[in-house]
Amino acid sequence: MTSILVIVPAYNEEATVARVVKEVKSFFPEAEVLVVDDGSEDGTAEEALRAGAKVLRLPFNVGVGGAVQAGYLYAQRCGYRVAVQMDGDGQHDAADLPALLAPLLAGEADMVVGSRFLNPHSYRSTPVRRLGIVLLRKLISWLSRQHFTDPTSGFRAVGPELIRFFARHYPYEYPEAESLLLAKRQGFRLREVPVTMRPRQGGVSSLSGWRSLYFMAKVLLAVGVTALRRRERVGADGK
Amino acid sequence: MANSGPVYYLTFFLGLGLGLVVLELVRRRWLRERYALLWLLTGLFLMLFSWKRSLVEGLARALGIYYAPSALFLLGFFFFLLLNLQYAVALSRQSEMVVRLAQEVALLRQEILELRAESRRRKE
Repeated sequence: MTSILVIVPAYNEEATVARVVKEVKSFFPEAEVLVVDDGSEDGTAEEALRAGAKVLRLPFNVGVGGAVQAGYLYAQRCGYRVAVQMDGDGQHDAADLPALLAPLLAGEADMVVGSRFLNPHSYRSTPVRRLGIVLLRKLISWLSRQHFTDPTSGFRAVGPELIRFFARHYPYEYPEAESLLLAKRQGFRLREVPVTMRPRQGGVSSLSGWRSLYFMAKVLLAVGVTALRRRERVGADGK
Repeated sequence: MANSGPVYYLTFFLGLGLGLVVLELVRRRWLRERYALLWLLTGLFLMLFSWKRSLVEGLARALGIYYAPSALFLLGFFFFLLLNLQYAVALSRQSEMVVRLAQEVALLRQEILELRAESRRRKE
């Protein structure tokens, strides 16, 4: 069995993080769960440890991109072949893990993204966010020349080459969409699979109201500039 | 500098003072050479343009500025824009490095916990 690391970035998610860890462990006992505590002020790290996860504690809040990258660094150094990324707020369902991993383990893709929009029963977020997602979806699909339905999904699985790549190059701030484009431009094969998303189980979203406009502007800039960049040169793994 | 208005004296000595202060800061290692260069250039340009009034007047005429010293201030403003941009770049680099360090700290912390747990297990 391939060794799997489930990376859970969490910022002030003490209400939900233990449930996420336990859920993953119950569906995938052989998987290791790594909670990356992004400088939480609450008991996120303690809850995660108690639930049986490994915990990386960042000394202060660095943003989800930096937190996830810490997870990829850990995966690379410990030699994991597969890394899954999953939110700490309980939106993602561990029951979807087999579907997410299947194309990866079959060698059909280098990165698999769970899309809530391929699944008719999935939870839909607020209108502003949905508008943002639609815009981003169009932009990412156009720039990457591949159709993506849910570019902001933080539920994804990657193989060994992308673990190495993301450990070196991962976009900061709001990295989900940008990392898709980045991976695609490096020549990796990406695939979307339908997953169920639930409304967040507790805590508060980091994106609301005006901040989501600010977020959109930043993401558009980041994605646009990514498209203008040259491919990163990476070492021996050829990508 | 003959026949020039007091404003040219002012900007000349401003440029000179700036250059000297920057040199002193570098000498004391309070300012890194890489950031000092643009500051020194700013001071030099200020001095040059205050000294050679014809340069400023030529520039003002070319730009359609009636009051020649305004061209001098425009130039100064442009340099300050450049300096600020340099800081934004430096700041971005720094914040990237800070994130990298934070990640490294988190990984080391985790490793220490693992090692401690392991040695405790071995003792028992």
